Amino acid sequence: MLQLKEKNSPFNQEQADQLNRLLPTLTENQRIWLSGYLAVPLSGPDAAVQDFPQASETNGAAVASQTRDVTILYGSHTGNCQSLAEDFSQKLEQKQFNVTVSSMDDFKPKALKKVEDLLIVTSTHGDGDPPDNALSLYDFLHSKRAPKLEGVRFSVLSLGDSSYEFFCQTGKEFDHRLEELGAERLAARVDCDLDFEEPAEEWFQATLTELDTGHGSGGSVAADDPADSLAETSTVYSRTNPFQAEILENINLNGRGSNKETRHLELDLEGSGLQYEPGDSLGIFPQNDPVLVDQLIQAMGWNPEETVTINKQGEIRSVREALTTHFEITSLTKPLLEKAAFLSSNEALKKLIKPESSQELREYIEGRDLIDLVQDFGPWEGSVHDFITILRKIPVRLYSIASSSEANPDEVHLTIGAVRYDAHGRPRSGVCSVQCAERSEPGDTLPVFIQRNQNFKLPENPETPVVMIGAGTGVAPYRAFLEEREEAEASGESWLFFGDQHFVTDFLYQTEWQQWLKEGVLTKMDVAFSRDTDEKVYVQHRMLEHSKELYEWLQGGAHVYVCGDEQYMAKDVQDTLLTILKQEGQLTDEQADQYLADMRKAKRYQRDVY
Amino acid sequence: MTNNRFPEQHGPPSEMEKIKEESDYLRGSLVESFEERLSAGIPDEQTKLLKFHGSYMQDDRDVRNERKQQKLEPNYQFMIRVRLAGGVATPEQWLTMDDLANTHGNGTLKLTTRQTFQLHGILKWNMKKTIQAMDASLMDTIAACGDVNRNVMCNANPYQSDIHAEVYEWSKQISDHLLPKTRAYHEIWLDEEKVLDSREEETEPVYGPLYLPRKFKIGVAVPPSNDVDIFSQDLGFIAILEDGILQGFNIAVGGGMGMTHGDTNTYPQLSRVVGFCKPEQTLDVAEKILTIQRDYGNRSERKNARFKYTVDRKGLDWIKDELNARLGWEIEEERPYTFDHNGDRYGWIKGDDKWHLTLFIQNGRVKDTDDYPLMTGLREIAKVHKGDFRLTPNQNLIISNVAEEDKNQIDELVSQYGLTDGKHNSALRRNSMACVAFPTCGLAMAEAERYLPTLIDKVENILDEAGLRDEEIVIRMSGCPNGCSRPALGEIGFIGKAPGKYNMYLGAGFRGDRLNKLYRENIGEEEILQELTPILQNYAKDRTENEHFGDYVIRAGYVNAVHSGVEFHS
Repeated sequence: MLQLKEKNSPFNQEQADQLNRLLPTLTENQRIWLSGYLAVPLSGPDAAVQDFPQASETNGAAVASQTRDVTILYGSHTGNCQSLAEDFSQKLEQKQFNVTVSSMDDFKPKALKKVEDLLIVTSTHGDGDPPDNALSLYDFLHSKRAPKLEGVRFSVLSLGDSSYEFFCQTGKEFDHRLEELGAERLAARVDCDLDFEEPAEEWFQATLTELDTGHGSGGSVAADDPADSLAETSTVYSRTNPFQAEILENINLNGRGSNKETRHLELDLEGSGLQYEPGDSLGIFPQNDPVLVDQLIQAMGWNPEETVTINKQGEIRSVREALTTHFEITSLTKPLLEKAAFLSSNEALKKLIKPESSQELREYIEGRDLIDLVQDFGPWEGSVHDFITILRKIPVRLYSIASSSEANPDEVHLTIGAVRYDAHGRPRSGVCSVQCAERSEPGDTLPVFIQRNQNFKLPENPETPVVMIGAGTGVAPYRAFLEEREEAEASGESWLFFGDQHFVTDFLYQTEWQQWLKEGVLTKMDVAFSRDTDEKVYVQHRMLEHSKELYEWLQGGAHVYVCGDEQYMAKDVQDTLLTILKQEGQLTDEQADQYLADMRKAKRYQRDVY
Repeated sequence: MTNNRFPEQHGPPSEMEKIKEESDYLRGSLVESFEERLSAGIPDEQTKLLKFHGSYMQDDRDVRNERKQQKLEPNYQFMIRVRLAGGVATPEQWLTMDDLANTHGNGTLKLTTRQTFQLHGILKWNMKKTIQAMDASLMDTIAACGDVNRNVMCNANPYQSDIHAEVYEWSKQISDHLLPKTRAYHEIWLDEEKVLDSREEETEPVYGPLYLPRKFKIGVAVPPSNDVDIFSQDLGFIAILEDGILQGFNIAVGGGMGMTHGDTNTYPQLSRVVGFCKPEQTLDVAEKILTIQRDYGNRSERKNARFKYTVDRKGLDWIKDELNARLGWEIEEERPYTFDHNGDRYGWIKGDDKWHLTLFIQNGRVKDTDDYPLMTGLREIAKVHKGDFRLTPNQNLIISNVAEEDKNQIDELVSQYGLTDGKHNSALRRNSMACVAFPTCGLAMAEAERYLPTLIDKVENILDEAGLRDEEIVIRMSGCPNGCSRPALGEIGFIGKAPGKYNMYLGAGFRGDRLNKLYRENIGEEEILQELTPILQNYAKDRTENEHFGDYVIRAGYVNAVHSGVEFHS
């Protein structure tokens, strides 16, 4: 427990000394009683108690120290869970809770036994896997070594994307497992879809009420507190108040004849106050393709100028604008189809959402959009308003930032691969990527915010060597890294592995790497172009070719970064790292796994994969 | 080192001399440069050595600026030129080149103005494979470019097969005799093991370690055809036949096309005959003339380094004396000869017992287009053809040595794929020639191959009106003044100055025996047509019988006749 002093508390030294003597002697019950006693409205002229409200505004944490500590653990991939967890933590601290917030990775599993109130905030990755920084705790909890958690209270907030089959799977599993281990559920788990802000806040309020109950304060303190305890001034731009960034430059990085189109965007952040570091992401609120919006409106026979309510706050937009900027129309989810079934008498749709049709449903959803749905399962009943309320909010897109603000003050650069493919007889395109590729001219603006990512950061020591592995747009953060290291005149060595399809057309930022190599900012670079040769060559092959040297870099303390496609690249790269460790370090499978796990823990192995 | 080696110096040696000297007989760091993976190019000084191996580094200039903006380096790629003396290739070699063009190249073959194949668009990592495939087909690219003797040209004469065979044999022997002896090519491209202690003994007995001051071109002509443009060669051998038997060769020295815009110290020049030698003396003569240039050529200023400048500086008599001295015997007096044209004769011709079909290949570019499957057609012919292919000096192709009984089969393929002997084209187009220029040639200042056909479309309108469609007029276009398409020998010549702008020259001899003269400078298409229209109309009206256009423009006073390069600019 914190030693109270004049400096860190509202008490004078004498009071502090008394409290320091008294507090450690209190039993659990005495503490609960005292905290409740002190928290109730003022009833007497006691100076110390009178001062309490001020204390809460400055630093009264110790005095109001709760009987039960709150531990918030997050598993975060893109940073959403992390920022939620940090936000909750701050709110709880302001309500005098004693809070520890940490990524699951940084939390020692053995300390679980000492945890009292546990809040889990986690996303789910890919096919229902835990995010990287949740892996170790997830494994520990699901292992035989997991301790009994009787006496622990918990609540789980899970983030996910309902277009995936295993929606919010990791959150569900934590929720289930904690209960299984004997912990008591404080508030029901909430599974959030891409538009997570509102349900997350609801979960927090529900949880808070239960936490309050637990420490006997009557639960009224927090509940009525204004939610904006982290009130932002009007000039602060954030996810909830995105900045309209002007496009300064928009270049296709792929040469003529490429199968790909990768846009390099330079955005103006001047006046935004937005700060970022290499490794962070930029969030963009995209707009749907107006052609698709019109097709949808036409297919449904709606009046595009009719107004509809777009949120709980009752904001109103025309149908066209609502469908363009507020709602997702390009992917289907199971919940959406279930809700849509109420608006259609189509038997096929009703059949499709039955539990026994789950396989068919999955297949139907894959690669189809709202236009398919409305064309396939009419006739539709209900108003445009009925229909629009079943839609998800259009999700923001996150892109790894490709620039250093040190090198480009007031700018942020992105590397965005335009997604285009054919499915079910129609050409399809990625909402944001193709907006950037086809409908974003210099001079236009995009609503953006910064998404921090503490899990992808350059080593603090500029002398630490870094190994950067990326394919395609996965190379973006390394451009930021090198710009940053160039500005800082960092002396640490760096080694970049890059891969794409064709040397001639797809060597993203080629002349910049060449220049950095020449100047020594980049020490080594190896490239793999998979479609230039009969035998496909990928980054992991180049890593293996340099196995000995790469091992020496690892032994020399290098940080290893992997960015890009998870399914096809990151897994192979990880396997290759393990192979190299076994081959060059003479390690067993288990030792190699441990080596990598230790690296991950020491933040020497960081991934930004998607 | 350079200064001590040669009897005359013309200033400090050029940068290129140093590169050659330090290259360890053309090795340089080519191996390392081609293993490097982060650039599709190689360092500048290595590109200069690479030329000696028959390849130029180029880039697609159409996308150079665009790629720069895209943060991509230029689209570096390599042109590979085969050494193919006299332009004779077997069907198997044709198929090899066709396959390489489609697997590693840009899907086209270029038949050059010096009777060989060029592949364009070869990527760095495919160079070795490409050269090895050529090697497997008994072709190489040694000395196809660089300061050495280049591909030896030879009359593609289809009339007299036996004489052609004999003359061709000499051209091949000259080519072999003057081939650099370094093993660099074999080590770099064909993985030949380096024999450690051979280095000391390895010398270039003819060239020496610095090779020549500049490129050196040799051609062999068989009158009356001057298809090889014998007077454009540094060294020309003119076959002298008496009673159908090869007596020997007249020796012509000091021709060349290249010049530099705005530098009147540089000029195209015609070679001059200095004497005669017997067939068996040919190699000796070729070698000794080459060594004169090796020793007396300008190694300081590359613009003035060609043999023509050496000849003009030292004088013909001096050259002859020096040659005789080096030979240790005296060359004979020149024998009489006459040329009647420098173009090709199209269509089927029977020579001795075999048939030969000359096909018109516009600007030597073999490719498939939607309406003309030329490349496929020639591939199908190569699959069944039992004779050989001859690449002509005018960038056309002869399906040569077809037996009587096989002629129908070739004809069927020709008609199946619509291949043309050019007879439906205007005679102007059949006598047209353009170098590659944009987008691959690094020297190009203006379009040539991609533009000349459309310019001819427009000139044809004038010709049709004037009734000149079947009048043979030699028209040539080069994208720069180096003159790969021998523009100074065009009755109408164009040399690129800037995109869309050309110098227009008139008045060269139809037989390739007279240079043309600058008529209008730096003009675009509109002016070109404006200038040509009245001249062609007057030519149609006023020409005398059998008067060629090049002769007419001189008689009519449009330009003065240029019989020597030193008068070219005057």
